[in-house]
Amino acid sequence: MSNEAANISGESQRARWKYLDRILSRPGPFTDPDWEPGEPVIESLSRSKILVIGAGGLGCEILKNLALSGFKDLHVIDMDTIDVSNLNRQFLFRHADVGKHKAEVAARFVEKRVKGVKITPYCGKIQDKDEEYYMQFAMIVCGLDSIEARRWINATLVGMVDMQNPDSLKPLIDGGTEGFKGQARVIFPTMTSCIECQLDMHAPRAAVPLCTLATIPRQPQHCIEWAHIIAWEEERKDITLDNDDPEHITWLYQKALKRAQEFDISGVTYSMTQGVVKNIIPAIASTNAIVAASCCNEAFKIATNTNPFLGFPETDNYMMYTGDESVYTYTFQHMKKPDCPVCSEENLARPLQVDSRSSLQEFLEGLAERPEAQLKKPSIRSEEKSLYYQFPPDLEEQTRGNLSKKLADLVSNGEEVAITDPAFPLQFKYKLIFQ
Amino acid sequence: MADLPPPVQGPTAKEKKYDRQLRLWGATGQQALENSHILLMNSGPGVTGLETLKNLVLPGIGQFTIQDSAVVSEADLGVSFFLEEEHVGGFRAEHSCNLLKELNPDVEGHYITEPIETFATQPDAFKPYTLILVTAPVRPEILAKLSAHADASLVPLFYIHSVGFYSHFSIHLPPAYPIVDTHPSPETTTDLRLLKPWPELLQFAEEKTSNLDAMAHDDHGHIPYIAILLYYLEQWKKEHGGNPPQNYKEKTAFRDIVTKAARTNNPEGGEENFDEAVGAVLKSLNPPEPSSSVKDLFKEKECVVIKQDSPSFWVIAHAIGLFYTKYGVLPVPGSVPDMKARSADYVQLQNVYKSKARKDFAEVLESVRFVERTANRSTQIEEKDVEAFCKNAAHIKLVRGRPFHVVQPNESIKWADRAKAIVQNLTFPDSLVPLYIAFLAWDKFAATHDQDGLVGAQQVPGETDAETDAGKVTGIALKITDDLIKEAVATLEEDELETIKSQVREFVEELVRAGGGELHNIAALTGGLVSQEVIKVITEQYVPVDNTCIFDGVKSKTAVIRV
Repeated sequence: MSNEAANISGESQRARWKYLDRILSRPGPFTDPDWEPGEPVIESLSRSKILVIGAGGLGCEILKNLALSGFKDLHVIDMDTIDVSNLNRQFLFRHADVGKHKAEVAARFVEKRVKGVKITPYCGKIQDKDEEYYMQFAMIVCGLDSIEARRWINATLVGMVDMQNPDSLKPLIDGGTEGFKGQARVIFPTMTSCIECQLDMHAPRAAVPLCTLATIPRQPQHCIEWAHIIAWEEERKDITLDNDDPEHITWLYQKALKRAQEFDISGVTYSMTQGVVKNIIPAIASTNAIVAASCCNEAFKIATNTNPFLGFPETDNYMMYTGDESVYTYTFQHMKKPDCPVCSEENLARPLQVDSRSSLQEFLEGLAERPEAQLKKPSIRSEEKSLYYQFPPDLEEQTRGNLSKKLADLVSNGEEVAITDPAFPLQFKYKLIFQ
Repeated sequence: MADLPPPVQGPTAKEKKYDRQLRLWGATGQQALENSHILLMNSGPGVTGLETLKNLVLPGIGQFTIQDSAVVSEADLGVSFFLEEEHVGGFRAEHSCNLLKELNPDVEGHYITEPIETFATQPDAFKPYTLILVTAPVRPEILAKLSAHADASLVPLFYIHSVGFYSHFSIHLPPAYPIVDTHPSPETTTDLRLLKPWPELLQFAEEKTSNLDAMAHDDHGHIPYIAILLYYLEQWKKEHGGNPPQNYKEKTAFRDIVTKAARTNNPEGGEENFDEAVGAVLKSLNPPEPSSSVKDLFKEKECVVIKQDSPSFWVIAHAIGLFYTKYGVLPVPGSVPDMKARSADYVQLQNVYKSKARKDFAEVLESVRFVERTANRSTQIEEKDVEAFCKNAAHIKLVRGRPFHVVQPNESIKWADRAKAIVQNLTFPDSLVPLYIAFLAWDKFAATHDQDGLVGAQQVPGETDAETDAGKVTGIALKITDDLIKEAVATLEEDELETIKSQVREFVEELVRAGGGELHNIAALTGGLVSQEVIKVITEQYVPVDNTCIFDGVKSKTAVIRV
């Protein structure tokens, strides 16, 4: 290509970005007085490499938005394949794509539609990748439906921060939705409040006690949980329950329905059975659009300094959104927790109120539900000794005997314990306070 | 397996595809979406309109039509997702329509490339559409025509701005837009009537608490908390001249009584049902008084006088109003929250509430039928509609739709009955009213500036000379602000006024900086908000924005104001 031709094609490339370039080349009333509009910012925008985690409802939107915000080098990770129930909102997928990998299909679609953007998909888990991989990105935008994955990437990014190397600080922008509600938040690891600091804002739903399911069901959901947890184990324990197998769901539905009839409970339906068993969260295109666009707006502002962004230390870093009754947002600064097990420098033990009469097993099971812990497979040691280890098997066997002992017999009031969970690359310190 | 019921029909293909949304608005909401035909009158870069349609095509509206006479330019490709390189030079409406249709084969899409000026002047041009979206810039005479159509035909109209980091939309709804299915949050819907129990409920409580002290631990620990509270309430009343605990002090004293009544000498060292009872005291021991908005509903003119052609909402509201006048309460909704109890006791309790709800409903239905006869109405209102109204009577919403501002070149903007409230809002530190004023000024600029030598094509501020245009728009915006304060007959402190004016200036500068261009993120976000509101309006579920929503993408904040 001759120089002139390259120039013309370059100009026509920029003609495409007419509206974006106005913002990139004109200062505004809120831009920093030192901000240099034009060429340098256009250049740095097209060079910044962004990682998108999740190619589902939020991820599809995020990829489209970033591509049309002038980013040129995107990577996307998702381990899932496309299901027919995704099609009401995951607009990069068609019926013919059902069964294919989300990351792959989404990347190809946006690359084809928005010329000049390169999208590298990875169909797998975020845990497959190491720090070196994450180090290559300017920032990370998350559209995940799992708290566990969020906590993992958050802990990883916080762990990567090296005070001597400003490049090691990777802004994390995280979106989440549920029905008409959602949130967008920006985390500057170690500088602002992190996902772990904010954990108690996303409390898990309380599980129904096993004895209610087993003996005194009152709600249709209790009958479904009974079929799911108890009946399946009793009658079909040789078959692995597959939530996506219609035969399995039908079996559970019929079991639940029969139990409900025995107890005079109405309301068990196939759809409810599916909802309870798969823990389905309602999801719609509009909320995803709002939350994903809010995340990408912040990513764009961070990359270009075209306006102030969320997450700048001592300013707002969290936007909460509710759309079922009118439109309501609450944008605020979530404060860093001094006893955050992930980002606190002091690494203080977090006080945890416990009942000294409960057994170690009850305590450990309760950790899954406690909003400030949410640990599903905890191993625990006290200052003195190993109390219980899930792995390896021989250590598990050695410590199993402690499970039935009362907490009061294992630790003293105010004693510190360290808890690890295979889902997270760190240790949680708690100070057990007897109620 | 022989004793299991016969195999079920699994979900249909449609139920599978729409599963995640049917859990929100149900089959009736979905049917309403499928019956709709939405018109988008697109202008400017036109991205927000398409992003809105995307979020409506995906959940399956019936039909959409895009009116847009613009030809695809290179600049469209950098901001719109529903255009491709080979479309440059073709009609934007046609190509965007085709790409949107790919999102959902169940949706019909149409396009109109005729210019808005001639399209909008045809008789019956808007007739096929159940809802209309129009994006700025649009000539004031056309916007006024649309507004008149919304008034006359009761078709909801949305007017949308998306410029740089800012956006706005206003909704013109019919003058009476009632919503029965508001989906209140579950925490607000518990209505147990503990202070107005009926004989069957009292009998239930008595039955479950007889011989309380002699009860075995297991029985005592399974008394439904409603029975516990009613039992101790009766005792309290005996000692307090027949009155229940009336204020905070009395309620906490009552709570202490219930707390002390729990057994701690059992193996668990406490009782969950008593914990639930204690937790419910402050929340549940309130007179079942309807909210003032519901009581106001009964006084509305449409509610008081029922005519032959009154919408059924008002007929039912009238009947419920009669019920309220007679008993001082709304019909019992009939649901009971889950609580620690044995299955049979819980089901029995549920039935106590359900049969009371059925009885109340029957009484309301009877007066609905009576009103229908006296008003000479030809068709009967369906029972299920009356039932749904009774169930959610405490959370019914009425939105009084009204026209939004249509900025005319030679008229000043009128705020009428809203002036005082808007000025008050203007003085709040984080108010977005100054941004709304900036948008009005932006419209005024467009209404008074044509593109060079092109009569009919509006020029928007900042396309070429941002600084000069910002000066002009600021002048207009400050004038609007002054007029507003004058109209409200409000006097503001000097420094208050200065703060407001500098906010107006900043919003205008940022707005003009974009030169009428859209940023994809802001367009996508606004398209999300607008589509959500369209869904609420079409399904008549949840509560829509009344009537103006403003988004500030610099600070990531929204505000809803009524103008």
